[in-house]
Order: sequence, then structure tokens, then C-alpha cells
Amino acid sequence: MAEVLLEVNQLKKYFPINGGVFGKRVGEVKAVDDISFFVNKGETLGLVGESGCGKSTTGRMLMRLIEPTDGKVLFEGKELTNLSDGDMRKMRKEMQMVFQDPFASLNPRHTVEKILEEPLIVHGIGDKEERKKRVKEMLEVVGLSSYHAKRYPHQFSGGQRQRIGIARALMTKPKLIIADEPVSALDVSIQSQVLNLLEDLQEEFQLTYIFIAHDLGVVKHISDRVGVMYLGRLVEITTAEKLYEKPLHPYTNALLGAVPVPDPTLKKERELLTGDIPSPSNPPSGCAFHTRCRECMDICKTERPQLEEIEPGHFAACHLYKKN
Amino acid sequence: MTQAPVLDVKQLKTSFFSADGEIPAVDEVSFSVNKGEILGIVGESGCGKSVTSLSIMKLIPQPPGKIVGGEILLNGEDIVHSSEKRMREIRGNEVAMIFQEPMTSLNPLFTIGNQLIEGIKIHTKAGKKEAFQRAVEMLKLVGLPRAEQIMHEYPHQLSGGMRQRVMIAMALSCHPKLLIADEPTTALDVTIQAQILALMKDLNEKLDTAIVLITHDLGVVAEVCERVIVMYAGKVVEEAPVIEIFKNPKHPYTHGLLESVPDVREKKERLYSIPGNVPKPGSIRKGCRFAARCEFVHERCLSDTPPLYKVEGADQHTVRCFLHESGGAASG
Ligand SMILES: Nc1ncnc2c1ncn2[C@@H]1O[C@H](COP(=O)(O)OP(=O)(O)OP(=O)(O)O)[C@@H](O)[C@H]1O
Ligand SMILES: Nc1ncnc2c1ncn2[C@@H]1O[C@H](COP(=O)(O)OP(=O)(O)OP(=O)(O)O)[C@@H](O)[C@H]1O
Ligand code: SF4
Ligand code: SF4
Ligand SMILES: [Mg+2]
Ligand SMILES: [Mg+2]
Repeated sequence: MAEVLLEVNQLKKYFPINGGVFGKRVGEVKAVDDISFFVNKGETLGLVGESGCGKSTTGRMLMRLIEPTDGKVLFEGKELTNLSDGDMRKMRKEMQMVFQDPFASLNPRHTVEKILEEPLIVHGIGDKEERKKRVKEMLEVVGLSSYHAKRYPHQFSGGQRQRIGIARALMTKPKLIIADEPVSALDVSIQSQVLNLLEDLQEEFQLTYIFIAHDLGVVKHISDRVGVMYLGRLVEITTAEKLYEKPLHPYTNALLGAVPVPDPTLKKERELLTGDIPSPSNPPSGCAFHTRCRECMDICKTERPQLEEIEPGHFAACHLYKKN
Repeated sequence: MTQAPVLDVKQLKTSFFSADGEIPAVDEVSFSVNKGEILGIVGESGCGKSVTSLSIMKLIPQPPGKIVGGEILLNGEDIVHSSEKRMREIRGNEVAMIFQEPMTSLNPLFTIGNQLIEGIKIHTKAGKKEAFQRAVEMLKLVGLPRAEQIMHEYPHQLSGGMRQRVMIAMALSCHPKLLIADEPTTALDVTIQAQILALMKDLNEKLDTAIVLITHDLGVVAEVCERVIVMYAGKVVEEAPVIEIFKNPKHPYTHGLLESVPDVREKKERLYSIPGNVPKPGSIRKGCRFAARCEFVHERCLSDTPPLYKVEGADQHTVRCFLHESGGAASG
């Protein structure tokens, strides 16, 4: 039986929209609107979906870098949402983030050594000598060399900077890594280096990953299970194999169908999704996907479908599968 | 059946000049595009894709950049030495370009209609009313709903996909024979990308516009292009029909690139990865530019620059690698 490391219950984030002369609250962006899922120890959960669907907001809420509007996050059974700031800071030793843009996320005026040492200092781990030793070790672990410690971020290529970002996340020996588009800014030949590194590290340190990305090929490659988001909602979640082979939700189906396949002999007749993604400040009623869904029924326009287990381990939020 | 190509680039060399000297961003690149054809240019960041396309538009910022050699024949006319006045006639009428981020090429202060009409008036003798009609037609052609209304809207009121449609409408409004699209879908979501690619293919068929599609996404290439050139560090390293490139890649770089991409259809146990990094342009002065990352590197690769060779037993397939010397030197 797999052990649950992280559990998310009915998590919401509504960002206020302020407007008018007095900056009054005139509406809200439902960036994340009532999502629930769990992550097992040692697995990689992928989160996919199009721009603005709430992936990053979800990732940041798990670390409370963004405060949830509502809902619960449990890490090893412990509720994070009501921890004091000080206690939450301590918890972050166990959970770390890796960001998309290795350029923006590293302080350009600090040496790599200083960048990597910082999380240890923040969490009061080790003395000066031990810290330096760990920096050197960690550089080797991510495929750099100890002599890189004295260099500055601009002296590295994009792929190397992402390795530094990963090394920094691993300094405190966390259990969970939340990686938000960690390879999106990299060239394909470098991207595969970083993906392989992430897989090696997971095995070596028994890490659990939440891997956020919009590239469905990358997510399939790295994930054990995958969740699909649309307009702040989780519409489907199951194992990578099931999701890609037998998607249940019409949106997942359309999303997969839109991915260009690197095989020119395969001329697929695809059904294009029409229209744009609606605004999260004014999401459609009922099922948020109903304005673009081919299967849309009357009930879809009024009643929001709940995420339900349709087949063992396969959850989807769609009225097509409603059990009566 | 030999018809003169719409675009024939011969030994194009474009450099940037700085305190460190000359950096040849595009180094003796040759290729041609036939009427109504879709040619793909692929390669990783910094390999010279955008500099190639900006050179063809004669939009390289000078200084620091300059076309220092070669020819660019557009419908037979060498435009390398054409005046800016002539280029203004050519741009839009004969060749048009769309960029990755439509927001940077649309003026936020003017309505979509204004910008479209302005473009049409510059290039044709159309009056205001006629230009308005034509603009609306173009917006409808690229599949925008409520075209008349959009004419009065500003760029920020449209979504990314809609803005890219407007850019395509603008680029095609004077029926150029050649459209250069530099990463036209990279900033878009996959479902919107699929719409835009379908649109480009459709317009290519309807209007017989030749397209140069620049991308780093091999899936996009497979889906829309007929022929492909692969660039690495400012050089063309391989050229072939699209099926040939995917089925029978010859250059170790092309091969590595294809193997590195995770596929939505099947899970590879472990991804292939090309060791090392993409070199800075101008940093390799001697030998094959891929040598530092190549598993087949041998002595000669470090001292001599490989020319383009024909691939034995294949049609229209050339590769810049000593391993394929037996095919004989390719002309051009
Ligand atoms: N601080 C904020 N204030 C107001 N709205 C916000 C804020 N942060 C995010 N949003 C909105 O919340 C929604 C979800 O944003 P989020 O960044 O989580 O999306 P995402 O799935 O990560 O997208 P991307 O793929 O583009 O990174 C978007 O509509 C966004 O505009
Ligand atoms: N204005 C400029 N000044 C100096 N160097 C430049 C300039 N524009 C481009 N270069 C150099 O020319 C090289 C080729 O750049 P180019 O923009 O053509 O790459 P690309 O293949 O389009 O890459 P990407 O996929 O990142 O768009 C780069 O290494 C870049 O540093
Ligand atoms: S609930 Fe209805 S509208 Fe939503 S995805 Fe299912 S069928 Fe489509
Ligand atoms: S010429 Fe030599 S180094 Fe270059 S790709 Fe061929 S085998 Fe590799
Ligand atoms: Mg994001
Ligand atoms: Mg470019």
C-alpha cells in the first residue's frame, strides 16, 4: 500500500480584482477553484493544463508562498494551512521548489557557493565547514564540479543554471520537490539532460515530485500519475498510462489531440478545439469546459460536475460518466 | 518542371561586430524555397534561425549587425544590395514576416483596423473604403469571429491566439508570395497552436503562399513542413524532405535531437541526451562545430570543416558530416 505524503483538500485561491476610483474590490479571479488530490511517497505527480489554468498558483499554495483562500494542505498528515509563519518556515526544509527561469531565480551578485549555502543558513544546518562540504557534494551530485562554487550565475549556460537551481532545492534534504516548469526554458538537448538528472536524483534520495508543465510529452515521460487542470479546476487525474491511452474527460482528449507528433507519416485527422479559454474572473456556469465541449449536454450548463472515481484509480469531473 | 524558386539564399553570411570582434551568427547558409512550399528551419536557441529570417527581410539592426556575404534572391531579384526604399516595396508585397510574440509587432495605441488598413494602403492603391473591406475580409479569412467589431478593438483586448491571427491577416493582406513565420506558435497554448498551424496550412493551400516556418519543435515540423533544414551554430548541418529527416536522420546532431524529445505516444525508459552545451557563435573557429558534443568525433573533425555531402541513395538529402563523405560533395 502506497503511503500518502501530501494531501490537498478543496483548495481554493480567489485573487481580488480591484478597480474603480477607490480601488474597491470589483470581482475576483478564481485561479484555483476547489481542487483535491494526493501525492504518494516516492512518486511523481504531473500537473498539466494550458496557460492560466492555475498550475503555478496551486504549486505555490502547497508551500504557502501564496496563502490559500480556503481548503487544506496536509503534509505527512500535518495540516500546513494553520501553521504559524515560523513553523511554516521550518516545514519548508522538507519541501522545496524549482522554478522555470533559472536566470531569474538565482541572485546574480552571489557566487554559486553563497546561493547554495543560503538554505542551510536559513534552517540553521551545519557549521561553516560542513556547509561548504555539502555545497561541493551537491555540485557533484547535479553534474557540476566543485570548482564551480566560486563562479557567478551569469558564467553558466541555461542548463547549468537549472542544475544549480536543483542543487539549491536539494540542500536541505527535502522530501518533496515542487518543480514549476523546470525544463520549459531549455533547449531540447539540454532538457533531456535535466529530466534524466531529476529521475536519477529521485531514485538516489527517494524524492517525491510534483512536476508542473504544459508540455504533455515531458509530463508523460517523468510522471507516475498526472492531473489535468482547466480554468482552476482539476478535471481528470490518474496514472500516466491510463491518461494518455484512455482519457475520459473531453478536455484531456482535446488537449492530447492537439499535441504535434514528431512523425510526418502520421497525418492525423484531428478535431480542433474551437474558441479561446474563458476568463477565470468570469468562468462559464456549470462545467467550466462546456463552452468548448463537443459533448455538452443541458446539465453541463448548470451543474458543476464533481471529480469522481470512474474506474479504479481514475478520477474525472464530467457528467458523461455520472453514475446513477 | 524546374521552376525558379521564390527564395534562393546562397552562402548568406551575417555577422555582428563588437569589441570582441566579428561574430558570424549565420555562416554561409544556403537554401531555397519553391512556390507554395512549406520549408521548416529547426535548431536550438542561438543557432541563427532568427538572424537568417531577419536577413531575408533586411531587418538586421546595423550596427552592430551586417550581411557580409552571399546572395538573397527573392523571385530572382538579389535584395542584399537593394535600397531601403525598394525594400519597403518588397516587404508586405513579396515577402512578409510574423514573429513569436505578436504583441511586440502590433502597436498598442492603434486599433486593429487602423493597423491593417494602413498596411493595405501602403502596398496597394486601394482607397480607404476598399482597404477597410479588404481588412475585414482578411480577418474573416484567418477565422476571427465578429471581424467588423475587432476592427475597432485594440491589441490588448484580444487573446494571444487572436493576436497571432491578426498578425497572419496583416502579413497576408497584400498576398505576398512568401511568408516567414519565426516561432509563430511558441508563445501559444497547444490547443491554440493546433488552430494556428491548421490555419497556416490552409492558407498555404488556398493562396499558394510559400512559407518558411522557423521552430524548435520537431512535432510542429513533422506536422506542417514538406522539407526541413537543421541548423547548428550558424551553419546548415542537414537538409532533407520531412519524411526522410525523421526516418533517416544522418547528422549526429539531428539524430540526437530526435532522440532527446519525449514522445506523447510511447514512454522511453531513458531519454537520450547530447552531452555538453550549445556553443557560443564564433567560439569555434576550426573543424566541425558539433565536434565537442559528438560521439563519432575523430581527428579530422577537429582540424577540417566538413562540407555538405550528398546522402547516398537518397534524393534531396544533404549532410555536413565527414561520416557521409562517400556520397560525394553536394553542389552549392
Ligand atoms: N497575484 C495574482 N493576482 C491576480 N491574479 C493572479 C495572480 N496570480 C495569478 N493570477 C491569475 O490566476 C490564474 C492562474 O494563474 P497561474 O499562474 O496559476 O497559471 P498557470 O497554470 O501557472 O499558467 P502558466 O502555464 O501560464 O504558467 C491566471 O488567470 C492568472 O492571471
Ligand atoms: N542584435 C544582436 N547583437 C549581437 N548578437 C546578436 C544579435 N542578434 C542575434 N545575435 C547573435 O546571433 C546568434 C543567433 O541568434 P538568433 O536570434 O538567430 O538565434 P535563434 O536560432 O533564432 O535562437 P532562438 O531559438 O533562441 O530564437 C545568437 O547567438 C545571438 O547572440
Ligand atoms: S461535463 Fe459536459 S461540458 Fe463538461 S466536459 Fe463533460 S460533457 Fe463536456
Ligand atoms: S564531422 Fe565529425 S564531429 Fe562533426 S558531426 Fe560528423 S563525425 Fe561528428
Ligand atoms: Mg505557471
Ligand atoms: Mg529566434
